[in-house]
Amino acid sequence: MTAFGALAASSLDLLAYAPPGWGATLLAGLRNSVLIAFGAFGLGLAIGIGGAFGKLYGGPITRDLLAVYTTIVRAVPELVLILFLYYAVTGAVNEALLLWGYERIQISGVAAGIAVLGVVQGAYATEVLRGAILAVPVGQIEAARAMGMPPVLLAWRIVFPLMLANAIPGLANLWLVATKDTALLGVVGFAELTKATQQAASTTKAFFTFLTAAGLLYLALSLLSTVVFHRIEAWARKGQKRTGG
Amino acid sequence: MRDWLQPHRVVLIGLAVALVLACAWFLRWDWLAEPKYQLLIVQGIWRTLWILVVTMVIGMLLAVPLGLAQAAGPWYLAAPARAFCSVIRGTPLLLQLWLLYYGLGSLFPSIPGLRGSVLWPYLRQAWPYAVVALSLSVAGYEGEVMRGAFKGVPHGQLEAAKAMGMPRFAMFRRIWLPQALHRVLPTLGGETVLQLKATPLVSTITIMDTYAVAGRIRQDTFIVYEPLLMLAVVYMAITGLIVLMFRWFESRFPSKSA
Repeated sequence: MTAFGALAASSLDLLAYAPPGWGATLLAGLRNSVLIAFGAFGLGLAIGIGGAFGKLYGGPITRDLLAVYTTIVRAVPELVLILFLYYAVTGAVNEALLLWGYERIQISGVAAGIAVLGVVQGAYATEVLRGAILAVPVGQIEAARAMGMPPVLLAWRIVFPLMLANAIPGLANLWLVATKDTALLGVVGFAELTKATQQAASTTKAFFTFLTAAGLLYLALSLLSTVVFHRIEAWARKGQKRTGG
Repeated sequence: MRDWLQPHRVVLIGLAVALVLACAWFLRWDWLAEPKYQLLIVQGIWRTLWILVVTMVIGMLLAVPLGLAQAAGPWYLAAPARAFCSVIRGTPLLLQLWLLYYGLGSLFPSIPGLRGSVLWPYLRQAWPYAVVALSLSVAGYEGEVMRGAFKGVPHGQLEAAKAMGMPRFAMFRRIWLPQALHRVLPTLGGETVLQLKATPLVSTITIMDTYAVAGRIRQDTFIVYEPLLMLAVVYMAITGLIVLMFRWFESRFPSKSA
């Protein structure tokens, strides 16, 4: 029992916020993770909205190109895409800069992480939003068209509010995927939560303590997100009839 | 076929073929000809495939009781099952893998008696940790899916079985489980693809799967993009195979519902 007590006490010392402990490092990692997840989710949402409307109402070439994009991104492991996009994006930016006569720049980890995960999220968001738009009753859209509403106004006033409720569960899932996918960026070397944890653990050799602590942080984040998304869904569904279950 | 092969598609396909030819011509592929790397690549693909199959099977076997416990079990079984699924789904797989391999792995040597036991040779290798972590991950995600599937079986079916005097286990085996599995089948292909995409994580605990082999080639030859392109092609090919296999599988169990 005393052995366990000592273990618990040393674990608490290691997780302390002040410098001998590694709490500050872990929290900084968590902040980076949340920042990247937020950015990637936002970028993915923007790509997804464009992609969904393009897939539904775009010309034949737009549709085919979008189909290629969503198929490839959903078939290749995120880890491979991250490596590939990371080298390709940073390489391309630097080539372009050299071409225009500027110096090479070091692209910040957060920006590259957001760009890479955003492209991945965009493919999934396209599919989620496409399904949600398809679930909007056709009569509503036809009624708006019959009233002579221009397409952009129609999208903003009719399709968007009605599809939101259908899209929220899928988007909530995507957000959770985004928070967890930030861990993959640790493999490429970004200082997000998993990477910070690994650094702390390999320095102190207290692998179990730190990995468990990081797990609890991720779990808290996902449980909190679930609660928030339930609220948002309830808000988006207000005024709709409840269907059983 | 006519409908599919529209003029713009011909142009797009032409562009794609040109792109592939340009990649084949201008990029460096000489490393593919080396027997050393060929052997590594084949071994890597084999490892990826067996890890995928083994973890999917074990995970599904675990998911059935997890789903059943949540759908119909008493609270002392339902609550732990739900907690397990939340924890697995709420934390990154990479972290779970490292927690098992580095975390538990670092605690094992301090347990007296374990070093001399028959388990020790296995505990010193990486693959048992990978199999356990990936199987538990499947169990967590699929347990949630199975819960919905068990709940979705129409109540009348179970009542009819009960009215016929069927024992509870026979009812489960003949009525409840087959119908639940039938409901899950369409999603299973997608879940298998997701699991395939999770397998490269095992390369972080020193297993030489396809992803690790490509990393090794990149380190040896200082070639940046080509091994990554090969990886993408290999994973897309496996994904295509999985999709085709499940499509065939599904066609053998036609669904009668409209």
